[in-house]
This record gives sequence, C-alpha cells and structure tokens, in this order.
Amino acid sequence: MIRSFKALLIRDLKLAARVGGSGMMGLIFFLAIVTLIPFALGPDLNLLSRIGPAILWIAALLATLIGLDRLFQADQEDGSLDLLRLAPVPLEVVVFAKVAAHWLVTGLPLALAAPLLGLLVALSPEGMLAMVATLLVGTPALTFIGAVGAALTASLRRGGLILAILVLPFMIPTLIFGVSAANAAVGGTVPFATPFLILAALSLFSAVVGIVGAAAALRSGE
Amino acid sequence: MRLEVEDLACNRGERRIFSGISFSLSPGAALLVTGRNGAGKSTLLDLLAGRLHPAAGRVALSEAGERTLPECLHYVGHRDALKSALTAQENLDFARDFLGDPALESRDALAVVGLSHAARLPVAYLSAGQRRRIALARLLVAHRPLWLLDEPTSALDTASQAMLMRLMEEHRDRGGMVVATTHAPLALRDAKEVRIERAAPPPAPGEESP
Repeated sequence: MIRSFKALLIRDLKLAARVGGSGMMGLIFFLAIVTLIPFALGPDLNLLSRIGPAILWIAALLATLIGLDRLFQADQEDGSLDLLRLAPVPLEVVVFAKVAAHWLVTGLPLALAAPLLGLLVALSPEGMLAMVATLLVGTPALTFIGAVGAALTASLRRGGLILAILVLPFMIPTLIFGVSAANAAVGGTVPFATPFLILAALSLFSAVVGIVGAAAALRSGE
Repeated sequence: MRLEVEDLACNRGERRIFSGISFSLSPGAALLVTGRNGAGKSTLLDLLAGRLHPAAGRVALSEAGERTLPECLHYVGHRDALKSALTAQENLDFARDFLGDPALESRDALAVVGLSHAARLPVAYLSAGQRRRIALARLLVAHRPLWLLDEPTSALDTASQAMLMRLMEEHRDRGGMVVATTHAPLALRDAKEVRIERAAPPPAPGEESP
C-alpha cells in the first residue's frame, strides 16, 4: 500500500515540476492577487494591516482553486484514471496520494510565502507568524474539499467553473476560522487557540469527508 | 484463476448496449471480442475492468485468492494512460511501483518492445505507434494474469504486431489470459470468439429507400 502511495505521490510531484505542470502557478497567482489589492485600496497602511489576513486568506483560497480542476481531469483525459483504478489499494488511497501531492505543490508554498507577502499588506511580525500557522493548518481543508468537486467534474469539459461554484460554499467555514485565527493573533477579544483549533478540526474533518467523497465520486463517474 | 461471465448485459443511459454475453476463461485461454463499430466491444472490456456496472448477469472470479478482478488485470485501451511530460522509463517505473507484483525492469520491458533508445525521451515526442508500444510494455512490468486489450494492434506496424502476438502467446503459455477486441483477425491459437451483435439502427425518417 505504501509503495503504490509513494509511486503516485512522486509521479504527481514530478509532473507538477515539469513543463506545463501546475507547480508554481498557484504561488504566482497568490502573489498577483495580493499585489493587486494594495493598488486598489490606496496607501492606507492601517487599513491594509487590518484587512491583511483576510486578503491573504482569500488569495490563498483562490490560488488553491487554480489547478484543482486538473487534479483528476488530466488523468481522466489521458486514460491514467483507468490505470489508477487497477491499483492493489483502495481508491481512497489513490485520492489521498493525489491530494497530498497537490497540497505539497500549492498549499505548502502558499503558507511558506505568506510572511513575504505579509510585507505587502503591512502585517506585523506576529501577524505573519499567525498567517503561516493558519495557512499551514487550513489549506489542507481547502484542498480536500476541492478534491470532491474535482472528482465530480473530472469528466466534464470546462469543469473549472462548475468546480468553483460547487466547492466555494463549503470553503466558507475554513475561511471564517482561518481569518479569525489570524486576526486573533494580532489582538482581539478571543485567544488565538480558539479559532485555530476549530480550523485544525475543520482540516481533519475535511480530510476524511474529502477523501471518501472524492473516491465515491470517481467510482460513480462514467 | 478462472473468470466466468454469465448472461451479461449493459446499459448506457437508457439504452441497452448488449445482453446475453456469456463466456468463461481458464488459465491459458484467449478470447477475441468482435463486432461492428459501436457494438459495445470496449464497453464489455470496461465492464470487466470494473469501470462500469452490469445491468444484468454476473462476472465471477474464482481461484484468485484475496484479489479483486481489477487487481488481477492489465488494461490497455485507446487512451494510453501515459503522461506526456514524463519519459518512457518514468512512465513504466511508475506503473511498476504502483501496480505491485513487479515483473521485468522498465529498461528490459522497453527493450522487448524495441524502444530502448527512447527510454529517456518525454513521451510527448513519440509517435502514436511508439506510445502504443510503451503502453504494451506496461503489460510486462507487473504480473497480472488477465490482459484486457482494446484494439491492441491499432497504430502498430507489421513487426510490432508480430511482437505483440508473441507477447500474448508467451503470456498464455505461463497461464495468463487474454481478452482482446479486434477488427483485424488476430492469429491467436485456439482463441474463443464472442461476437457482439446489435440490430442495425432503424433508418432515419426520410431516408427509407423507395
């Protein structure tokens, strides 16, 4: 089981790094959104630092959506999905490997790049640390939820838009608690741990539901 | 292992594609699935591969231990399941690790299909026939008793077709089973044949001959 998991994880990481892969796309898109917003709002540093966490979280959410539509669609188109169905492991393991690879090339870089982009929205040092922590813990939830949508739209042409419409409502709780945890770190009435633990719980919950849901969607596809 | 298929029927949407398909396969057997375009040959393979569910009838696997049918088979279809950005060798290495029960090394499998020189080329650079040969090399990198081949000779040149025939016969000699859909007559010894028939569609209004 470990062997199949590892083989698929490595294959997807390699594909992301090759030409046409989604490797750095999410990160660059993230950068583009976060850079745009200060231009739109004007040079009000207080305002920026107050809404900074919200900007970063929305950008991270949109950047996660980029590339999610190809998660299963690419494999569906070239027939790889038929090969993946022949695995000596349950389809859930296959889904988990693909989602893990996707998170490693989109979610993780976003979290690590957050301090740098925090500078653009005038975040305080504590705020930057909190951003890294909330993105590290929260982006897996986004990827797992998105995986269900990606599995449902795998065989649709132009499934990307439908995917966004399908999964965005389910990402709202993650967004709420991600932003409130990041805000709580720089001052506020609730301690940081309260929303942060709920965010962690959301990630664990979506991991289970997302994997089982995406595998079920792939099974019933075709 | 043995495979028994009884009175199989398949629907796509509301339409009945075929019904009443029965056959059995024992080690060393080969089955050719023939029929007109659109008769449902590929659909039958999809049913066996577990991608579709039968509307009636049953597919029974015996003497296979704990393994399910999809874990016992290789499937080579029209879509070659190769990643264009990866090299031929990387594609095969992945299949070898992923499918479990490894057989030949990827390098040796490529040599068998005559593509040693292309091992380090991205698959995107290769021709349709070469891609097909790499997909067929996947049959060799992992042990699976049942081979499901959908039009395996398409895009292959004469020499490669002979190579494929040899691979299939060797596989059967080792106790393997082959199910292949085909238009061209495949010269497999003692192969059974299932012909999928469907009544010709009724002529569209206005097209009746006078």
